Amino acid sequence: MKKMGFMAAMLAATLLSGAASAKTLVYCSEGSPEGFDPGLYTAGTTFDASSRPVYNRLVEFKRGTTETIPGLAEKWDVSDDGLQYTFHLRKGVKFQTTDFFKPTRDFDADDVLFTFERMLDKKNPWYNYAGGQWEYFDAMSMPSLIKSIEKVDDQTVKFTLNHPEAPFIANMAMDFASIMSKEYADKLAKDGHKEMLNQQPLGTGPFQFVGYQKDAVIRYKANPDYWGGKPAIDDLVFAITTDAGVRYQKLQAGECQIMAYPAPADVAAMKKNDKLTVMEQNGLNVAYMSYNTTEKPFDNVKVRKALNMAVNKKAIIDAVYQGSGTAAINPIPPTMWGYNKDVKDDPYDPDAAKKMLEEAGVKDLHMKIWAMPVQRPYMPNARRTAELIQSDFSKIGVTADIVTYEWGEYLKRAGQKDHDGAVILGWTGDNGDPDNFMATLLGCDGVGTSNNTAEFCYKPYEDLIQKAKRVSDQAERAKLYEQAEVIFKEQAPWLTIAHSVVFMPMLKSVKNYKMDPLGSHRFDGVDITE
Amino acid sequence: MLRFILVKIGLLIPTFIGVAIAAFGFVRLLPGDPVLLLAGEHGVSPARHAELMHQYGFDRPMWLQFLDFLWHVMQGDLGVSIATKRPVISEFMALFPATLELSICAIIFAVVLGIPAGILAATRRGSWADQTIMGTALVGYSMPIFWWGLLLIILFSGILHWTPVSGRISLMYFFPPVTGFMLIDSLLSGQKGAFESAVSHLILPTVVLGTIPLAVIARQTRSAMLEVLGEDYVRTARAKGLSPVRVVSVHALRNALIPVITTIGLQVGVLMAGAILTETIFSWPGVGKWMVDSIFRRDYPAVQGGLLLIAIIVMVVNLIVDLLYGLVNPRVRHGR
Repeated sequence: MKKMGFMAAMLAATLLSGAASAKTLVYCSEGSPEGFDPGLYTAGTTFDASSRPVYNRLVEFKRGTTETIPGLAEKWDVSDDGLQYTFHLRKGVKFQTTDFFKPTRDFDADDVLFTFERMLDKKNPWYNYAGGQWEYFDAMSMPSLIKSIEKVDDQTVKFTLNHPEAPFIANMAMDFASIMSKEYADKLAKDGHKEMLNQQPLGTGPFQFVGYQKDAVIRYKANPDYWGGKPAIDDLVFAITTDAGVRYQKLQAGECQIMAYPAPADVAAMKKNDKLTVMEQNGLNVAYMSYNTTEKPFDNVKVRKALNMAVNKKAIIDAVYQGSGTAAINPIPPTMWGYNKDVKDDPYDPDAAKKMLEEAGVKDLHMKIWAMPVQRPYMPNARRTAELIQSDFSKIGVTADIVTYEWGEYLKRAGQKDHDGAVILGWTGDNGDPDNFMATLLGCDGVGTSNNTAEFCYKPYEDLIQKAKRVSDQAERAKLYEQAEVIFKEQAPWLTIAHSVVFMPMLKSVKNYKMDPLGSHRFDGVDITE
Repeated sequence: MLRFILVKIGLLIPTFIGVAIAAFGFVRLLPGDPVLLLAGEHGVSPARHAELMHQYGFDRPMWLQFLDFLWHVMQGDLGVSIATKRPVISEFMALFPATLELSICAIIFAVVLGIPAGILAATRRGSWADQTIMGTALVGYSMPIFWWGLLLIILFSGILHWTPVSGRISLMYFFPPVTGFMLIDSLLSGQKGAFESAVSHLILPTVVLGTIPLAVIARQTRSAMLEVLGEDYVRTARAKGLSPVRVVSVHALRNALIPVITTIGLQVGVLMAGAILTETIFSWPGVGKWMVDSIFRRDYPAVQGGLLLIAIIVMVVNLIVDLLYGLVNPRVRHGR
């Protein structure tokens, strides 16, 4: 055993000295990617390993924000009717040169067309190459939104939409919109190995793919030709480690320099450890309890307000989130643009709540609280939350039964328009656009689906969010959402519960890491020092 | 002997069909379906849901789906995983060597330590050695694998820095898999220190996975030895003046081993179950963890294919054990 210890030390030493000549960043990731074609999947873990390191999109998110900036498109014009988006492509962008493919031409409009047609056109030979399920593209209603895509010239592509949709730009920065190389795809098709597009990714991004050992390690190296400048680190390694406690041990042992998703119970100790930096940020999510606003007595705004005022939110944050959550006021988290800081939360005041309920003429209210059976990024324990709310409600004379179903069934039933009572649920954002929360979850279109479980359809609110879809100026849109948030709070279709807090522990040697409010893990711009 | 082997193999056929039904039915009995779970909070419209279920063929009658599954299994085709969109068989084969390597090491660890410990406890019955061994075995048997693994990591990797925390080999070694067995591949790679690194990564998972089988084997060996040591022929052997070592190792052990071999065979199932937790703790890229992920995703093809393959492996191992048993014990092979 002694000898083994010596050997382990030697290995560690070699690893460290290796890092001096070539800078290697080892990231302890939480799981395995399902594949490497980001169009086929919806999981953040898959995007961290595929779209973020290897690919670029026409539009990118500015590192550390939900703001959109030019990516492979240098700029874009929007027609006055909001239906035509013309993207002017960046010149001289090279696809990665790897062991498995050497590109002969630069990125151009053909690549953009290939990327979108494979997801859009059922007759495209690539549409069905992995089963024909472009889940995220579909979930964001892109097939019904995009009317046509045209190549104007080699450096210009024009998208025509069926209706004006300002969040389209944010959608173009989403993972499914990662630009693939047509030349590479053509070669794979010629060789009869189409499936490799999902196994050996090749893009224009900051890191190029080197190899993947299933469930163990993914390796990348810096793309020397990257149009945004070669990354500061030379090698990027994902050490897949599913257990959070083990990730922490690996971080302490120096087997990785940065890790995702620590166990909340470990965070306090991590913060005390002077070898580590622990960054934190609100996740792009919200947990809420929605009242079915089409049902008595929840159709009465006073009843909803009264119930909101009866809940001791701080107790939920302390007991259920244990430091990994902050109380939610608006439907969107504070890291997003369009967040209205002036909106005040309903005060915790059981006496006033009781009085308000009496004013509304509601006596001996008996209701259901739905608690989902699973842990979600925005909700560590729905059952416990429901119990706390139940006890708060009992203090104002409201009796509540807690109900739960298997997860798939829960979503299905909560999606039925006549479901009974108040549903605990939440949302993780897709594209950082407020529309993705405020229209998806509270717009009239969502009534009767599991998105809008409040069955909320209120004209003054709807008008604002519809207008925000048509305006393309971000500052102007932000104002519209801020107004909509005021109406949301007055109407109280939800008890806004919390936004999670995400932690990112790393060794002190890791420099310039920025947490992504969208929840991805990006290593472009990151450096390491001795 | 040939008749014995044929009967044993013949018995596998109904077992195989039973296992196929169980593997097929189990994952479908779970509430929810892959499409709903994949959509999550986004939800999926009933029309799109129906379209996807149709695409996967999950809208067909159950019996038809089963016959279809069986028909393809006969041709060695286990379908395509919904999550990764790759053939289930190639997913399994990419991961199985890791599980097999770990399981073999764990069973060797358990046998090499368990049998001598059992013999020692039996021959020193009631002594402090017996008490210690049996006490430790009881603790080992009752230890939750998850907790035991983390405890070892914290002590040996976290505090003492003797062993690496997790994984199969240090990240500085990078070579394509040839056999899938890291011990062999690391030797073949010719990279200096690779084999040592692979060994050091194997130690803790082997101990953790081998602990329960070790405890079971030690206890079984002890009780089998005690029984045999009380037999008349052992007394005769002793009376003839044979040395105690010879009595124990030659006369008693051979007969005591029969139930122990059965126990070892039965541990294969235990290893597969334990592998799920051990692989999760040590980030060991094997089939156990893959099965769990697939179940959570309701990845029907992956779960039914994976379960079937694991069941077949357990069946084959049990068959081998049965045959060995027949070899050691003539009464079994002649059907008394």
